[in-house]
Amino acid sequence: MTAPGPALSVTGLVKRYGGRPVVDGLSFELRRGTVLALLGPNGAGKSTTVEVCEGFRTPDAGEVRVLGLPPTDPSLRPRVGVMPQAGGAYPGLRCGEMLRLVASYAAHPLDPAQLLERLGLVEVARTPYRRLSGGQQQRLSLALAVVGRPELVFLDEPTAGLDPQARHATWELVEALRADGVSVLLTTHLLDEAERLADDVVIVDHGRVVAAGSVEALTSDQATGQLRFRATPGLDLDQLLLALPVGCAAKESPAGSYVVEGPHGAPIDPQVLATVTAWCAGSGAMARDLRIDRRSLEDVFLDLTGRQLRP
Amino acid sequence: MTWAPGSLAPRPGAAPLRRMLAAQTAAELKLVLRNGEQVLLSLVIPLALVVLLVTVPFITLEGTADGRRADFFVPGVLALAVMSAAFTGQAIAVGFERQYGVLKRLGATPLPRGVLLAAKTLSVLVVEVLQVGLLCAVGLALGWQPQGSPLAVLVLVVAGTGAFSGLGLLLGGTMRGLTTLAAANLLWFVLLVLGGVLFPLSAFGAAEPALSLLPTAALSTGLREVLQDGGTAVREVLVLLTWGALGLTAASRAFRWE
Ligand SMILES: Nc1ncnc2c1ncn2[C@@H]1O[C@H](COP(=O)(O)OP(=O)(O)OP(=O)(O)O)[C@@H](O)[C@H]1O
Ligand SMILES: [Mg+2]
Repeated sequence: MTAPGPALSVTGLVKRYGGRPVVDGLSFELRRGTVLALLGPNGAGKSTTVEVCEGFRTPDAGEVRVLGLPPTDPSLRPRVGVMPQAGGAYPGLRCGEMLRLVASYAAHPLDPAQLLERLGLVEVARTPYRRLSGGQQQRLSLALAVVGRPELVFLDEPTAGLDPQARHATWELVEALRADGVSVLLTTHLLDEAERLADDVVIVDHGRVVAAGSVEALTSDQATGQLRFRATPGLDLDQLLLALPVGCAAKESPAGSYVVEGPHGAPIDPQVLATVTAWCAGSGAMARDLRIDRRSLEDVFLDLTGRQLRP
Repeated sequence: MTWAPGSLAPRPGAAPLRRMLAAQTAAELKLVLRNGEQVLLSLVIPLALVVLLVTVPFITLEGTADGRRADFFVPGVLALAVMSAAFTGQAIAVGFERQYGVLKRLGATPLPRGVLLAAKTLSVLVVEVLQVGLLCAVGLALGWQPQGSPLAVLVLVVAGTGAFSGLGLLLGGTMRGLTTLAAANLLWFVLLVLGGVLFPLSAFGAAEPALSLLPTAALSTGLREVLQDGGTAVREVLVLLTWGALGLTAASRAFRWE
């Protein structure tokens, strides 16, 4: 089962529509057994990229290898699961029928009944696809992508339009897939989703990679050097400043919310943290929600792709 | 509730072709039989037409007793039924399946396209068995006296199915769902009138030789030649086979899966 090489490699991918490149020299790699999130504003070229990898569109330039093979290689079909951004089921078939139909294409499918249960679709198993709610259609589509027990799955916005419960069920499924060695490429607009699920993140804009790496790497070297906590209002900050290294700043705003900045804007180090907690203890105050700010993926994303609305 | 470790471990593989074909055919059949418009077009209208045409003499056939009316109309409506199932119904279904991204998604599963098309053909044939059974039963009850060889009928129906399927897949495989719906229904009506179902082709005078080349006309006259006159319909079978070859070739070239 351990085949060498990445699950997916995309090198210099170009796709044009009417002369306009919508994917413009994209390169990235999905390591086996990991989750990679493709992030980017509307129209960035995520679905186009995924569909090239799925073999639905032919690239204008560049090379794509799926499990070491060209994307259209027929031998990939049982090995790859696909969840398109929308649609893809017979409107007249019932939810359960559609899942069992796609399961019947596979030699060793997952138990459709169990999948329906895990994804909260038991109640609507006998409802025709066209009468399912958007979120239910979305969950069925996810089930269709994994029922054949593929090695690699492509999920194009798997949680778009899902309620919080369904989103968590989807996240659990993706985490379980990863734990069982399945490679996952997903696209999303939810930064917390990428933060939670992905080993690696590729941020795409105008068809190009604007940032790539692990969530850690993308966010940690962007530490803001702030420590925040909540405690009883009106603590004596002057006393704290005396105890902290020179150059630190501290303020209470609003009442009960405290922010401490590292010396001259440097990151918070263990010394500062220890001083703050000792001072709290000395003041008889319980520090709650204490955290050292990291820039969120959202900040990184907005900085890289701009705050303007996309057409 | 969480997933037990290993329960999602990859185990890819395609099912045996026979199993896929059986499952896909069953699904296609369900889709046809559950679709109100398809049932209307393929079963209800032909049955109603046969009863009406035979019992209500609003189309006069020269010198025909009651039994003779059935002998003329039952073969014509059989041709109409085959056209409804293989051409109109199939074109509309395929048009919408493309528009809804179903065929595209199936293209990413282990189901080979050949098996998908075979399943579609099988489900059309099953519908035709239903149609022929019901129409023959009603026809016989109305005094129909079929002649000729059942084998010749089978050859005509199969050749007709090939001709209509090719044209249906060509239409549904290239146009958008709604365009297909409109075009397929319009063609159904035009061919109902011009295809020798309601009136003998001789009613169209000088246009008869040209009209006789239409697939519906070839099937209806062919079926009449066998069932009414006990003859063979070699020319009509050849016309249908030609349509089938042209239609299926064009469909396989032009068919778009999304
Ligand atoms: N078949 C097509 N013909 C012409 N233009 C297309 C086609 N498909 C996509 N595009 C264009 O390519 C660009 C990228 O589209 P794509 O669907 O890949 O974006 P995306 O990143 O998936 O966006 P979203 O987040 O909205 O799903 C868009 O500007 C879109 O209009
Ligand atoms: Mg998209």
